[in-house]
Amino acid sequence: MTDFIAPNFQPAIAEIFLLIMCCVVLLVDVYLPPEKRGITYILTQLSLLIGAFLTLSLPMNETVLTFDGSYINDPMALVLKLFIYLVSFFAFLYARQYLVDRGIYRGEYYVLGLFAVLGMLVMVSAHSYLTIYLGLELLSLSLYAMVAFNRDSSTSAEAAMKYFVLGAIASGMLLYGMSMIYGATGSLDIGEVASYIAANDSDSIVLKFGVVFLVVGIAFKLGAVPFHMWIPDVYEGAPTAVTLFIASAPKIAAFAMLMRLLVDSAEGLHVHWQDMLILLAVLSIIIGNLVAIAQTNIKRMLGYSTIAHVGFLLLGVLAGTDEGYVASMFYAIVYAITTAAGFGLVILLSRAGYDAENISDFKGLNKRSSWFAFMVMIVMMSMAGVPPFIGFWAKLQVLQAVVNIELVWLAVLAVLLSVVGAFYYLRIIKFAYFDDADEDASEITAPADMKIALSFNALLILALGIYPSSLMALCVAAIAA
Amino acid sequence: MISLSHFLVLGAILFCLSVAGIFLNRKNVIILLMSIELMLLAVNMNFVAFSHFHGDIAGQIFVFFILTVAAAEAAIGLAILITLFRNRRTINVGELDNLSG
Repeated sequence: MTDFIAPNFQPAIAEIFLLIMCCVVLLVDVYLPPEKRGITYILTQLSLLIGAFLTLSLPMNETVLTFDGSYINDPMALVLKLFIYLVSFFAFLYARQYLVDRGIYRGEYYVLGLFAVLGMLVMVSAHSYLTIYLGLELLSLSLYAMVAFNRDSSTSAEAAMKYFVLGAIASGMLLYGMSMIYGATGSLDIGEVASYIAANDSDSIVLKFGVVFLVVGIAFKLGAVPFHMWIPDVYEGAPTAVTLFIASAPKIAAFAMLMRLLVDSAEGLHVHWQDMLILLAVLSIIIGNLVAIAQTNIKRMLGYSTIAHVGFLLLGVLAGTDEGYVASMFYAIVYAITTAAGFGLVILLSRAGYDAENISDFKGLNKRSSWFAFMVMIVMMSMAGVPPFIGFWAKLQVLQAVVNIELVWLAVLAVLLSVVGAFYYLRIIKFAYFDDADEDASEITAPADMKIALSFNALLILALGIYPSSLMALCVAAIAA
Repeated sequence: MISLSHFLVLGAILFCLSVAGIFLNRKNVIILLMSIELMLLAVNMNFVAFSHFHGDIAGQIFVFFILTVAAAEAAIGLAILITLFRNRRTINVGELDNLSG
């Protein structure tokens, strides 16, 4: 027997802190009277801020393994974690007034939200299949409960059920793939799996089988066609405050999972998963953009737009080059920031007793508030990929990566369909600027903190679009290490 | 002598049964929950078999985690089922069609 050696806890210090805060928030909330719920909210936001500082206090350019190799802290994990904190912070901030107005301002939203953030952080730092699975389930289980959070809404319950069933199937597929790869390589550690695949011939049928199931599981979680069925339903059925959260930060974590599972552990099988990803990407871009045109519900439309964005995100990874991984990472971060602002605007248009659900709710926004009409323009232009907004650079990078591996047809197809996609984004801008409001022309009322944060968020999209090199340099440094 | 492939075939059969159960079932949400559970158990079968034949303990540890998570998952699934039933008075899969388009 060897002596017990305590692992190095330092690389996971932020996660440990966040876990403690989850429990603190849960306990504090129980003893608070409903009118003091603000304390729960402030505690939650403080934990995110302190967590971000703890993450920042770790060495920037080193790769540290701990917990017997099942946990990693590398520059990619660090950058992605910081953006997860940032986007979740925005999401909780936008959600507050919405929850208050609908009488569902309860502590559970924040407790579940914090647990989901913890799950994302674990996923991003995972270096073993077991860690990835645990992080993923912590995230997913919190999200299922959050979708059903508005107990009296029958659409929320239906959306939660669909999300739960499809999410559970995805986990099952992912696990089946993991078990196959474990069987072929005899290890659960990502590093050991990668070195086994590099050293041995990658034509083993069990390995290929495993990778197919991994790709299916990841595609389910990301929402790539043909595994996208849950996205529009969940986006529409969940309370907007929850949709906002589900749509933004978890996509960064899903990107990290894609990188850890396919690139870090199975890069030797690139030839096998590349074709599958091409198929997923092409279908996602086509179906996402075409079906979005027909939508009248704004949340559903943004759901289909998410599917199209996921297609673009896959383009970078399937290239299999460092340039492609950098482009995809950039895309995931940009997507999360832009979507947070997009759903933030949808919440801004809602008020007590009225949910902005339809695209026509944007009509006449310019007369109600020209500042926020400008914000809508920034967000939609960025999603459509119009320069000088950040979405343009994100699309450009992934397309370049695809062209450089000589898949020009793929790039051409993606560009053509993003032109189609521009139609439904520009339609919202047209509604905001050139149409008159149908019935409701009241002033926009929202708390000052939300207005400031939303403006900051949208202006960030513009500022990053003018100086994309700062974020780009961060991504390059993260992938190169 | 029972070989590794016997276990894998059993795992695959269980997995296919659970997938069929999910996609063919048009009646009851509870059957969906049972199929999901079966799917995880099929995976457990694989892990235990590989773990035994590799002589590596990690696979069996993984199974403990899967079992624990499956319990939490079932709890959340049933909780959602109850909210659904309170709102709809039905748990028929075919009637879950308010959201579509």
